[in-house]
Amino acid sequence: MDNKEQILAAAARTAKNMRRSIIRMTHMAGGGHPGGCLSATDLIAVLYEGFMRVDPQNPRRRDRDFFFLSKGHAVPALYAVLMEKGFLDPREITDFRAKTGRLPAYPSCELTPGVDIASGSLGQGLSVANGAALAARLNGTDQRAYVMLGDGELHEGQVWEAMMTAAHYRLASVCAIVDYNKLQLDGSLDEVKTLGDLRGKWDRFGWRALEINGHELSEIYDALAEARAWREGPTVLIAHTIKGKGVSFMEGEVGWHAAAPNDRECALALKELSDL
Amino acid sequence: MKIAPREAYGRALVELGRENDDIVVLDADVAKASMTSLFKEAFPDRFFDLGIAESDIMATGAGFALAGKIPFVNAYANFLLGNGWEQLRLSICYSRQNVKIVGHNIGASSGKDGPTHLPLEDIALARVIPGLLVLEPADAIETRKATRALAAYAGPAYMRVGRMPTPVVTREDDPFVLGRANICRPGQDVTIVACGCMTAKALEAAAELAARGLEAEVINLHTIKPLDEEILLASARKTRAVATAEEHSVCGGMGGAVAEFLAARCPVPVRAIGSQDIFGICASYEDIQEFFGMTSAKIVEEAETACAMRDGRPAAPRC
Repeated sequence: MDNKEQILAAAARTAKNMRRSIIRMTHMAGGGHPGGCLSATDLIAVLYEGFMRVDPQNPRRRDRDFFFLSKGHAVPALYAVLMEKGFLDPREITDFRAKTGRLPAYPSCELTPGVDIASGSLGQGLSVANGAALAARLNGTDQRAYVMLGDGELHEGQVWEAMMTAAHYRLASVCAIVDYNKLQLDGSLDEVKTLGDLRGKWDRFGWRALEINGHELSEIYDALAEARAWREGPTVLIAHTIKGKGVSFMEGEVGWHAAAPNDRECALALKELSDL
Repeated sequence: MKIAPREAYGRALVELGRENDDIVVLDADVAKASMTSLFKEAFPDRFFDLGIAESDIMATGAGFALAGKIPFVNAYANFLLGNGWEQLRLSICYSRQNVKIVGHNIGASSGKDGPTHLPLEDIALARVIPGLLVLEPADAIETRKATRALAAYAGPAYMRVGRMPTPVVTREDDPFVLGRANICRPGQDVTIVACGCMTAKALEAAAELAARGLEAEVINLHTIKPLDEEILLASARKTRAVATAEEHSVCGGMGGAVAEFLAARCPVPVRAIGSQDIFGICASYEDIQEFFGMTSAKIVEEAETACAMRDGRPAAPRC
């Protein structure tokens, strides 16, 4: 395994390329959810550069780690990292939300190499991760199951059912990541339905809860390493993020939850991202 | 002889557990009712109680399958298909995961627990999802065969398993092939298509119809999806009058599937026996079946009505 500095350098490059891909993808498709992709980008970049054991030549190999994008609407971020890691051809970027091709509007494990389960109906990913982790335990492998959850997604009751399951079975191989950008479709999370003491809730559900800045690559790395080393039960990274991170006019703007940049906005965003 | 299909199911799981280490069983706090308790006792490491959480158990099953296991996911049919439907649709069927969903306490079998506990909609909920196999075996012998067939089948499937002691109407040496219906009794005057415990009642009805001069062909449609179109078409073309019998609502259930198919390929009268778009009552198993008309007498009546419609005669008066 590379050392931390090399991984962080790779993750920084990957995150930058991912952000550019996300902007181009949503612009060309005329749709998608750029805000929640850009908030999740740094987390996904560090995860894939430093932790995920996957093989683009054999995406379904039996000993792979799993990544479940439970907040399926952020799939451009997943496609972007899969392009960076060689699962997808970067030229497929034009296929996002297209009638044909391998990049549907929400994740499909049937269509896209590197995608392990379909998502898009919120709330299901953590349960899937628990099942995969229990199976891996039976199989005697050390596979890990990572799940990215949206903060608004935590309104779904199933997530809390699955939190109890992971704690009950002490699933140390499960690591949940909450993209806590505090904005959702109808407005701010606190206006729609507050999550209150989120860390305390996970903690009292029997999880090891780590609160981090979801854009500080070093902090993300340390938290993922700590989660991997923790053997007693599941870990959640509550990652404070900024919706639209990296594009000035998208940052913190609820309108960019589900909206495509037009030609001018796309050009402006790409310029900003080149200057990073 | 009467045997509860769930007993055969529980025993079949233990057989499969011995033969294949990849078989795992998940239950939602109803292991005694579903009789997965037998598997739990035999293979405690491969039994997982997910508690009262049907959404969670469904998607957890998908995760097991993704990592190479063959999970059998169990709960009461209405709660499992009701609370877990979206998970069944997305994480299992759209994701094409090899998960076996098994619904228990079906139809009228919860008796005095009443309307909240009578699954009369689960076939309909399962049937609308693309790629999902839907089964309801006729008796204990067939339940064992179906359970084994599901373990060997690579893909998502939903099976209803009966709770109540049910007459054994199939034989050990009868063939059982997923998607291939069996003719339990040949006839040429009217077709009765049945599944689950209604198969025995259909055979009783056929005996009564014979006494009245009508030879009924009884089809055991253990696989509701995919339909055995060939056998249905051949029988409907021959008799041109059909009755269907299920322990389920007539809306969207097995009878609906048969009617949809025949309307397109061989439009003949199809009379559906089952609950008629109403909720149930708190009563004994037998009284609830009587309330819904899930009886051999009702099958006789509807078979005769189908024949009357075919022949252009007025049907016997009824409400």
